[in-house]
Formats: sequence, C-alpha cells, structure tokens
Amino acid sequence: MNIDKSIFLEKARLIRRKVVETSYNSKIPHLGSCLSCVDLLVYIYWFVLKIQIEKVDDPNRDIFILSKGHGAPALFQVLAEKGFFEEKLLDTFGKSGSFFHEHPPKPGYINGVEAATGSLGHGLPMALGMALAKKIKGLSSSCFVLLSDGECNEGSIWEAAMLAASLKLDNLYAFVDYNKWQATGRSQEIMALEPLAEKWKSFGWEVDEIDGHDFNSIDNAYKKIKTQLNKPKIIICHTIKGKGISFMEDDNNWHYRVPNEQELKNALYELEN
Amino acid sequence: MRNAFASELTKLAKEREDICLLSGDIGNRMFDNFKENAPNRFINCGIAEANMMSMAAGMALSGLRPFVYTITPFTTTRCLEQIKIGLAYHNAPVVIVGTGSGLSYSELGPTHHSFEDMAILNCLPGIKVLAPCDQNELKAFMREAITLDGPIYIRIGKKGEPILNTHQQIKIGKVTELMNGNQFLILCLGPITSEAIETSNKLKEILGLKPTIVSMGSLKPLDEKFLMTQLSKGYKYWITLEEHSVIGGLGSTVADFLQKNNSPKSIKLIKLGIPDEFIHKLGNQKFVRSQYGLDSEGIFDVLEKLC
Repeated sequence: MNIDKSIFLEKARLIRRKVVETSYNSKIPHLGSCLSCVDLLVYIYWFVLKIQIEKVDDPNRDIFILSKGHGAPALFQVLAEKGFFEEKLLDTFGKSGSFFHEHPPKPGYINGVEAATGSLGHGLPMALGMALAKKIKGLSSSCFVLLSDGECNEGSIWEAAMLAASLKLDNLYAFVDYNKWQATGRSQEIMALEPLAEKWKSFGWEVDEIDGHDFNSIDNAYKKIKTQLNKPKIIICHTIKGKGISFMEDDNNWHYRVPNEQELKNALYELEN
Repeated sequence: MRNAFASELTKLAKEREDICLLSGDIGNRMFDNFKENAPNRFINCGIAEANMMSMAAGMALSGLRPFVYTITPFTTTRCLEQIKIGLAYHNAPVVIVGTGSGLSYSELGPTHHSFEDMAILNCLPGIKVLAPCDQNELKAFMREAITLDGPIYIRIGKKGEPILNTHQQIKIGKVTELMNGNQFLILCLGPITSEAIETSNKLKEILGLKPTIVSMGSLKPLDEKFLMTQLSKGYKYWITLEEHSVIGGLGSTVADFLQKNNSPKSIKLIKLGIPDEFIHKLGNQKFVRSQYGLDSEGIFDVLEKLC
C-alpha cells in the first residue's frame, strides 16, 4: 500500500507540473478544473483501469470517459505518462493543425481517448451505452466516467442516472470532481446541487462521499463500492479547484486564466517543494 | 410502416446478435415478438431521448448495431446535439427511426408534427437521411443500413401506407422510377408519394397526360447520377413533393442540384411541401394535406395550371 501511495503522489505532482507548463506554453485555459481532477485521474489510470496499451482495441478493456471534457489537458498528460503515445507529441499542444487542443477529439486521433467530450452531459450516457454493451456481450470489464459538479446541471446526467439504475449496471462507475465551482460562480448557488450524495442515492446508485485528493480515501471508497452488485456506483469526490498551487486554490479566476511567467515560476516552485 | 419496421427488425435480430432496439417508451405491444426473441437486446429507455441517443452511440462504438425508435420530433430535434456529437461526429453506426413523421400524427398538433427533421439532419456531416415511400423501401433500407458505416436516419409514416415500390433492386441512394412518362418530372420523398400516383390517374383520365413519378427514397445521399440523366430529358417542370417544410428538404436540395449543375433555364422547379408556418387548424392527415394542396387533388390543380 505504501508503495502504491508513493506512485500516486509522484505521478500527481508530475502531471500537475506538466499541466501548468502546458497552460503557460499553449495559453490553454481550464487550469483550475484540470488541477482539481489530477489526483482522481492518476488513481483511475494507475490503480483501477485494466487496459493493455498494446491492445487498446480489446473489446474487454476497461473504458474511461472524461465527461468533463475541459479537463483534457490533464487527461492528455496522463495518457502520455501512461505510454499511450509519445510524450513529444504534446509539443504540438494548442498549435494550429494539432489534434491536441482544448477537448478530447473522437477516438482515432489520440490513442487512449475513448469518446469526444466537451459538451457537458454526454459522457455518462455514452458510458452507460458502453457498459450495457459489455453486459449484452457477456464481457467482464467496466466503464468509468469522470463528471464535474457543474455538469450535474445537465438533465441528461439524471436521465442516465435513472436508466442505469433500472438496468442495474454494476459495471458503471462515476466519479464527481466536486470542486464547488462552475464557469461563473459557486455551483451550489447557480443550481442547488446539494444534497448531491443523497440525490444519487435516491436515484438508485451506490454512493460514497470522500476527499478527492486523498489516496487512502479514494482507494477505500472504490474498493468498498466495487463489491456492490446490481447497482451503478458513484463516488462524490470533494476537491479544490486549482489544487496544489496555493494562489490558484479555490479561486475561480483560474477557470479561464492562464499563468504569466512569474506565476508559472511560483507554481512550479510550489510543486517542487 | 411501423409494423413492417417491427417485424423486419425482429427478423434481423434473429439473424444477427448485434442488433438492438432502443425505444423511447412507445410501441406498446408492437415489439413483443422482438422482446421474445432477443429479450436482453430490447431496452425501453424511458421518456429520455437525450440519454437514449448518446447511449446508442456508446453501444455502437462497442460493436453493437442499435436502432433508436420513437416519434420523429423526439428522436430528432429533441436530442439534436446528441445526434450531432454522439452519432455524426463519432460516425457511430446507429439507425435512428422517426415514426409518425410529417403529418402522420396530424391531429396531435405542432408538438407531434415534423417538417424540419430532414432539413436539420441533412447538414450534419456523415449522416444518411432516408425517407422510404412504403414498407418495401423501408425493409430494404433497414437490411442495407446494418451493412454500412456511420449513422442513418430513417423517417417513416405510421400505418396503412399503400405499397408503391415493387422493384427487386431497392438501394439506399438510388431512386426508383415508379412511372415513366413525359412533361412533368415528379420527384417524391416518403409515403406522400402515393398522392402523386393518385394524381397521375386523374391526369391520364382528364388531360391525357402521363408524368414521370420517382420515389427518391433518400435525401442524403441524393441520387445525383439519376438527376443528371433527367436534365436532358426535356421536362419543362420538375416538381418536388414531400411532407416536410419547403425549406431545407427535397425541394431545396433539388434546387441546389439544379443550380450547381447549370441546368437548362427551360426547367422550372416547383416545390410542394409545408410552407414556413405552424399548423393551427388541425384534422386528420388527409384533411391537412388537402389544406396545403398536398393531396392528389391539390397536386392535380397545380399541374393543370401548368398545362
């Protein structure tokens, strides 16, 4: 367990550094939204997903969909670090003509990307279809989705929530990156999300609610809900927008801002120390 | 047509294990046979079309062949963005079936009318837009659809439509000439084709004329090869007939074709369809068609004036 945890911390710090550097170099926004979900992405890719990189077309692979598509800069770094493609491809990030821009494109352009997202509320229903397809085909693998709290404004999320419960899709897992902000304000003030865990529970899902930056909390919650049969599962992960860089944490300006040179230096200094 | 859809899909589901049916809580007893034969491949997705459409995309990307079925407004414009992103952008091989299209549910009012579906889906890259004139075309299109890549929209009527196309070779993107004549070229899309056939009887009787009547079957792909051959046939009038808005459907598409191909100035295009308005004075399909001159008599009146 200790070894696992050290990988988690090391990879999360590395991905955070790369995400901040890329935002600076490519002038790509959504930095706060990326930093809030880095720990979850690292946990999912290093500790959960069963995918063989040399067999990315295996029908029985686990599937991950970044339903909050604006977290793509973090996802791309994770995929590169996992070896889905050569890291140097990310040098084109944000450049004219590159496939690497603000949202994940459809499969076939960037290895490891399972669905094009960016329009919120599409990823969970698509994953539901994929999870059902696995059941129909008798496959043992699962589908994992990362949602944002703002995304839970979308009606299609709740449509999917109801159907997944009635279909008893226990191979469907969702994580909510609950950083308490959406583009223009506090998520609770814009659309009354709370009680979020109760809502999902009442929709028939197996629910846990944890600190989304703490390895042990995420790991315990995942291992616990995994055993639940006949129900889709969700972990509400309390996170901090801009996590890891003190002057970005819980400051919603970093939804759209990109760091200047001094801010980059300060951010990298904080991540190294 | 919808019964033909249900029985043909049941046959397909028996032949292939990848065929699935997603219904938006309609078709009560209609799919009993399908359910009996493939219980785990029939999914009632409830009255939640946005989810149903994205879900179908996910299933198709996982190697299945889903058919999504509900009433046309709800399986098209209600979930348009899910069609655009989930199906068209991902090139997911989903067959969307819109039932009760055009004026089929005339009495149900503008909420259940669909005169814009083809126009809107037509401009999504990669999606085929089909409107079979009868159950023979529908069944042939369904069989071919599951052999093709990418999404397909099939716009169907309700029930009791007459059989018009008895040709052996019905293919997506290929027209069928139902009647070969002269003077008028009538290009028809969907079950309203039967009105043109009826008109032709009267034309022959009263005016001694025989038009050419074509079932287009498909708006996209448009059978341009066939249309090219018609440019030099000397028809003074090309008439398009559709139970759809005159904006963006067959009429507009044929106008684009004529413009693009520098058609002879002697060809005049007349677009018969629903004008740019909502319908307030309701009645059955026959009544509303007659109100807009889209029944056999209305079409006859238009043609008579052109003689």
